[in-house]
Amino acid sequence: MPRGQSTVGRVMAQVAMVMNLDKCIGCHTCSVTCKQTWTNRTGVEYAWFNNVESKPGIGYPRRYEDQEKWKGGWTLDRRGRLVLRSGGRVRRLLSLFSNPDLPVIEDYYEPVTYDYDNLVGAPAGPDLPVARPRSVLTGRPADITWGANWEDGLGGAPEHAGGDPNLSGEWAEKVRFEFEQTFLFHLPRLCEHCLNPACVSACPSGAMYKRVEDGIVLVDQDRCRGWRMCVTACPYKKVYVNHATGKAEKCTFCFPRIEAGQPTVCSETCVGRLRYLGLLLYDADRVGEAAATPDEQDLLDAQRGVFLDPRDPEVIAAARASGIPEDWLEAARRSPVYDLVARYKVALPLHPEYRTLPMVWYVPPLSPVLDAVTVAGGDQEDPDHVFAAVTRLRIPLEYLASLFTAGDPDVVGGVLMKLTALRSYMRAVSLGEEGNEAALGAVGLDAAEARDLHRLLAVAKYADRYVVPAAHKEDAAALSALESGCPVESAGAPAGGGVALGMPTLRRTPSEGPA
Amino acid sequence: MNATSSSLVAASSSASASGADLVLWVAVPYVCLAVFVAGHVWRYRQDQFGWTSRTSQLLEHRWLRWGSPLFHLGAFMVIAGHVVGLAVPAAWTEAVGVDEHLYHTGAVWAGSVAGVAMVAGLGMLCARRLLSRRIRLGTDRSDKVLFPLLSLTVLLGISATAAHNVLGGGYDYRGTVSVWFRGLFVLGPRPEAIADAPLLFRLHALSACLLFAAWPFTRLVHVWSAPVGYLVRPYLVYRRRAAPARVSRTRSTTGR
Repeated sequence: MPRGQSTVGRVMAQVAMVMNLDKCIGCHTCSVTCKQTWTNRTGVEYAWFNNVESKPGIGYPRRYEDQEKWKGGWTLDRRGRLVLRSGGRVRRLLSLFSNPDLPVIEDYYEPVTYDYDNLVGAPAGPDLPVARPRSVLTGRPADITWGANWEDGLGGAPEHAGGDPNLSGEWAEKVRFEFEQTFLFHLPRLCEHCLNPACVSACPSGAMYKRVEDGIVLVDQDRCRGWRMCVTACPYKKVYVNHATGKAEKCTFCFPRIEAGQPTVCSETCVGRLRYLGLLLYDADRVGEAAATPDEQDLLDAQRGVFLDPRDPEVIAAARASGIPEDWLEAARRSPVYDLVARYKVALPLHPEYRTLPMVWYVPPLSPVLDAVTVAGGDQEDPDHVFAAVTRLRIPLEYLASLFTAGDPDVVGGVLMKLTALRSYMRAVSLGEEGNEAALGAVGLDAAEARDLHRLLAVAKYADRYVVPAAHKEDAAALSALESGCPVESAGAPAGGGVALGMPTLRRTPSEGPA
Repeated sequence: MNATSSSLVAASSSASASGADLVLWVAVPYVCLAVFVAGHVWRYRQDQFGWTSRTSQLLEHRWLRWGSPLFHLGAFMVIAGHVVGLAVPAAWTEAVGVDEHLYHTGAVWAGSVAGVAMVAGLGMLCARRLLSRRIRLGTDRSDKVLFPLLSLTVLLGISATAAHNVLGGGYDYRGTVSVWFRGLFVLGPRPEAIADAPLLFRLHALSACLLFAAWPFTRLVHVWSAPVGYLVRPYLVYRRRAAPARVSRTRSTTGR
């Protein structure tokens, strides 16, 4: 691939996502529509490519953020080189026969269905028929004791929330004992489609890959041999084993929709309109270096340093040299994700310390701080109270820092102050008053930028939230050519005889239990 | 020319073998081998999606934790032992200074360790398949053939070794079974070589033939996918979106 004459290396594009957490109401519409689209099949009943967690909480699968236990992501060895936390290549091959760090189904939950037939088929009698839960795995009646959103709205928090790996010591105690006064926010999660994906690096078969064109990380179902190393390596536990086919499956970022220029299903159906999709251009040659940044708290800036400014002529030249089409460059310049991540710097990555350079970023929620202001008897509407809270209230701030900035409260605090100043200014402007531009200036915004950011975050029109360029025409022609061809002919197989479809023979007979 | 002469030898030697021996020790092995080869070609071309180890660790891990490594590591040693015992003629090992007694002692000791590990591991894997309802329900037809067949072959093999070479006076299969085995691959079948071997050895050989015939249609195909390439490939894998070669030509002509 020809290089640009500049310092910019190989330019690649990625369709990335940002979520504005203050707007998430925890309705789980994204999870449900995703499940209906992708995982309503035998073998992945327990899998949620998209799930919404209540924070604080231990999450799904349980305590997935505890990398001491699950060994996900990357770490630096003594010589500062990037290594998978679950071990090197030899160690991985030695654990092929039994992977010591693989979650079991109980760490997710035992999937159940209900005896719906009983509701209509029960004989007449004095009692109302009920639909009892049955395990999908065994077909037997099962008690429901856990689920993907078991902790919804802090359910069970007195019992479980103290186990949140992001809480330590005194905070854990405080959250456990004062849960009614504690903060709550929702965290929708899906595959991060990382720049330095640990799952891809851990796959012994080389079945997982990152697409050059749009950065989507996929599992090649024909090449996956079921070694299940990706599940361990992913620190977000967003690769799942299909126990019916024995192959790994994961969020596809709805690539068929993305290729057609449409938002993902989770984004399209998001009730709170909190998701943003857009292009990020990045320098593929600097990914490894950024992921190996020695200090965890510098990883955020290192990752931002990998992203390229789509308005920079040097970047544009290098991108053209790398084969990125003009309409994609145009889309990159209109990308809401670039604005939130790199221009206004209000979006932060989830757990940058895993060193996978995740590509689903979050605008941290003000609500934990606002809750704390109220609890402390302050006024949520008064920016001074909020500023004071941001500087003084350690728990919500440090909690957010342990999620989004590898524990650096200053960065999270800065973003929250920016959001507070923006709110206060736009409230004043909307009420026809003189906005406080000095406060705005203190957080690095001017009036025009504030309006722009407000339009993006608060007004959030569909066309502003989703700027997804369709796959390029020549590629699209190739794709449709593949789709319209007869799979039997194109497989190079002799004509006639049985047609072998690439589908698993269903190995659980329907009579053994409701599917 | 070699093939002609050896088939002549085969013809003359098989004249002394009975019809049953010809069927059991020539026809059956060749049919099984043919199925083994053709079956793999067919499965590899038709069923990449089904080509997997079909892991069930997600559903049951306590038995697997010990059973699977024991079975696999035991199996590696057993396979290595079979390669040495069957493929390498006794004359070759003697030429490098390993006499019959030394070979026999080594084979019995190493073979016993490997065999016990493999049997114990396989026993645990079978146990979890039978005792864990989740796993049992996920067991398909190919597994229902594979597990009994594999268990039978392994048990016959280890009982033959135990009966004749550990407890018994010692049986030199290298002069009989191995000769028959090598004969198959040099296209000079020697059915008479195995015809008089002890019953356990003959049954073991036959069940092994059937196992090879069943191989391509079961989860055993994952053996050929042992990911040794992982040791040398780069960590990060990029791929272009599925696009046929003609499209990349189109791309270069449009200057992209």
